[in-house]
Amino acid sequence: MSRPRLLLRLAAYGVLVLTALVVLSPIYAVLVMAFSRAPGFSVVVAPDWSTFTLDHVKGFLSTHDAEGRWLFGRQLLNSVVVSGGATLVGVLFATSAGYAFSRFKFPGHRAGMVGFLVTQMFPGTMMIVPLYLIINALGLVDTVAGLVAVYATTALPFCVWMLKGYFDTIPIDLDEAALIDGASRVRVFYQVLLPLARPAIAVTALFSFLGAWNEFILAATLLSREEKFTLPVTLYRHIGAYGADWGAFAAGSIIVSIPVCVLFLFLERHLVGGLSAGAVK
Amino acid sequence: MRRGLVIGGLAVATLSCLSRLGQAAEVVLWHSYRAGEMEALDRTVDRFRHEHPDTKVRVLAVPYGAYQQKLISAIPAGHGPDLFIAAHDQLGDMIRRELIEPVPAALASAQFLDETLRPLAVGAVQGIAAGAAGPATPGRSWGWPMAFKTLVLFYRTDLVATPPATTDGMIEIAHALTRPGRFGLAYNLAEFYFHAPWYFGSGAELLSADGLSARIESEAAAASGAFLRRLVLEERVVPTDANGALVTEMFNRGQVAMVVNGPWFISEIDRGVPWKIATLPRMSASDRPARPLLTVEGLFVAKGRATPETVGLAEALVSDSAARIRALEGGQPVANRAAYDDPEVAARSVLGTFRAQLEQTVPMPTAPLVALLWEPLNEALRQISRGALAPKVAFAAAASRVRVLNQPLPESESAAPFVLGLLLLLCGALAVAVWRRPPRFVARLLAARAAYAFLLPTAIGMTLLVAVPFLMGLGLGFFAFGPGEVRFVGFANFVSIITAAEYPVTHPLSFYFTLVVTVLWTVANVLLHVGIGFALALLLSPAWLKGRGLFRVLLILPWTIPNYITALVFKGLFNAQFGAVNAVLVALGLSPVGWFDGFWPAFAANVVTNVWLGFPFMMVTLLGALQAIPQDLYDAARVDGAGAWQRFVGVTLPQVGPALLPAVILGTIWTFNMFNIVFLVSEGQPEGSTDILVTEAYRWAFVRNGRYGYAAAYSTIIFVILVLYSLVTRRLVAPRSEARV
Repeated sequence: MSRPRLLLRLAAYGVLVLTALVVLSPIYAVLVMAFSRAPGFSVVVAPDWSTFTLDHVKGFLSTHDAEGRWLFGRQLLNSVVVSGGATLVGVLFATSAGYAFSRFKFPGHRAGMVGFLVTQMFPGTMMIVPLYLIINALGLVDTVAGLVAVYATTALPFCVWMLKGYFDTIPIDLDEAALIDGASRVRVFYQVLLPLARPAIAVTALFSFLGAWNEFILAATLLSREEKFTLPVTLYRHIGAYGADWGAFAAGSIIVSIPVCVLFLFLERHLVGGLSAGAVK
Repeated sequence: MRRGLVIGGLAVATLSCLSRLGQAAEVVLWHSYRAGEMEALDRTVDRFRHEHPDTKVRVLAVPYGAYQQKLISAIPAGHGPDLFIAAHDQLGDMIRRELIEPVPAALASAQFLDETLRPLAVGAVQGIAAGAAGPATPGRSWGWPMAFKTLVLFYRTDLVATPPATTDGMIEIAHALTRPGRFGLAYNLAEFYFHAPWYFGSGAELLSADGLSARIESEAAAASGAFLRRLVLEERVVPTDANGALVTEMFNRGQVAMVVNGPWFISEIDRGVPWKIATLPRMSASDRPARPLLTVEGLFVAKGRATPETVGLAEALVSDSAARIRALEGGQPVANRAAYDDPEVAARSVLGTFRAQLEQTVPMPTAPLVALLWEPLNEALRQISRGALAPKVAFAAAASRVRVLNQPLPESESAAPFVLGLLLLLCGALAVAVWRRPPRFVARLLAARAAYAFLLPTAIGMTLLVAVPFLMGLGLGFFAFGPGEVRFVGFANFVSIITAAEYPVTHPLSFYFTLVVTVLWTVANVLLHVGIGFALALLLSPAWLKGRGLFRVLLILPWTIPNYITALVFKGLFNAQFGAVNAVLVALGLSPVGWFDGFWPAFAANVVTNVWLGFPFMMVTLLGALQAIPQDLYDAARVDGAGAWQRFVGVTLPQVGPALLPAVILGTIWTFNMFNIVFLVSEGQPEGSTDILVTEAYRWAFVRNGRYGYAAAYSTIIFVILVLYSLVTRRLVAPRSEARV
């Protein structure tokens, strides 16, 4: 790959740095709120170090319940289990469905693809009560499984569309070659297509994970034990009927966001690298 | 051997103990308190646990944002609490939904303050079908009063020596303290709750005595508007754009000397700030005391859960000694008379002041109609305080808006023809499907076994958790929910929305106006999301770029922060008087903009916020897609002599198309239904004109009077529009989205 001229490269860096600054300034405001004893929404250029405090962060990390259990630890674990489970189930289901939509033509193909899209079109706020009734009928109220099922299915439409689109770009010759070699459909799927679809799987995994990780209304509605709550439920506890503890909320937002950033750092390697490009050649 | 027996015996004993523990009565209590109030409540529960070791108590603190939905869903399903704490203005809705039982025994007025007992009394709830509300019985109450919330005057003692006794005195003090960047008085002007003291103090009222009609158009209401106008526009002693968080910040910094606020404000005041509270001043114009709204927090028994243990816990939590703990440790203005005679409580002048203010309050009405009033009233206040309308005209406009919102429920219709029609339609569709089935349909169905096997898990999940609730939501649109009744109304909701006969097309409440705004909103956002996301993805792709990973992570940060908080930060940035955006404009020599006073600025503020939140998604999607383009395609294009632009159009665009397309289609649908940003940043201002369809639907369901059927019909129409959109796009891209093989 050739390198463009120095001037162009400098311009690219300039644009990126400038964009990053603009993008980061509201996050800077959240940071200032999180570490200030008197948090407010007006943006300051230089933080006032005399009001610096770690209380909000400490408060969020050290929640305990009446029996002295460390709630933050449990809730972090719940969040990881729920979001991880939803991602795993979502990606597993979506890759196989995406594969079916990409490689087969069958009655109901078009209807199915449109069907996925259609489900995204009904405003979510009207669905909570009906969804609760279904989860209740399945006996999954107040269980991790219920929440995992809900989050995984919410993410499915996007994931299926994304993966179907990506599988479409992988030449069909690869499947056919493997089939001629005597591999089964399932083996072709697992050993040929899945490794090639890594960038798309990374994107869909990130998407499913984020959707589950930050959600709080359904989690707060479906779960009824503090030690089973996910982190966002505790986070939104800081916003009350009257007033809110913005410092604690900001600190919590940042703490809750850190695992997602770590996950992205990890997945980023899979987005990069042109693995598929090399293999297709 | 013997030791084994002992251990075995111990184990049996432990097991039997455990099983007895399992049988111990458990009482579940839900609340949405936080901070000091929560800690004090927990203390009183601990005390109960200590005194009643056989009763197990489980307390759950629920986020306020999900509290109402959770109660509505969980109690009828049998997963609700035994006891819960809620504000008395929810009573109408709770009775209508059969969520609560009246308190089994009569409550003694010797124990609780009359002002807190009255709003909870059986029979006091207006506008509910008489059977549901129950006949007024002396002493019978829907819940135990725990505490009350109302407004008082907070002042910094370093700035104000003695609190004003009259509003003229208040203005005088405020005037002396107001200078650039500083104000004498501040409160959340845009909310009627904070205007209420002046409104009722001027002698105005909200509803007629029966709770069935609005009374917001009166000379007295106009007089309260004139007072607001005087504060903001004539004397200029109150900042026009100060919301709750900003009021706190200014008070703590000494930029404002007096604040009208409630007991929750106490915990927001910095430790170093010298402050006191006083009852609100008398209105000089009417010579009546200012009268704020009163909310009583009650402890309610969930339907069917009035067991002796439940009642026992409730009585312990509202006992005089528990109330003392809540007053002293939680700073709560409690409902018990005896608490105020306690020497320690009496030493806290704050609680005494709230008690004194209680005598000059107006209980928050419980009639369902009142929910319709807030939005038009808030709008009237904004119009008065920015000088757009004269007080009298503004309240008249609010009254006419209430009349429009308060349409009578559509006539009940027989469901039989609809059920029959639906069945016929289904049979017809089935017949057509069978008749027009492609050749060798069954054979092809069987041939595609493998495909169906791959699809099965997804299909099951989607049917159960997406399709079924979706159909239920769709069905709701054919019903109307009134006070104490639900009726089948056929297409009436849809007809009312589509014909939009009550208002001209240019009216913000008109469906068509909102539709145009929604389309504009969607197009602007998706274009900017894709444009910015694509540009950044291209910039971040080349291998020579150093720090690629770092930039990538920095640029997806907006996606990771919960959008609730970023929406509020952006609202702060766009604040007219204190926001960073206007500060930059002024620094550049431009004049500041009232961002939420006009349609275009408010719309722009919404779009900027949503673009900030939304571009990382497109960027990440496109990064993935760009990585998948084989390098040799570029090399080949280069060999053919294609320039950078030609390579972009000829290679990049067609290659990312398959991945970009679903992202754009889904992005469009999500933006169309993007609720949080519009609801939190512009809040629909001005005059509801920046509301999009989904926030409008939400307002019908949860802000205005619980018109769930109407909201569901709205949602269904949104759905139909999006289906039409996707049909059109599918036609446009049909050749590419055809299945392969």
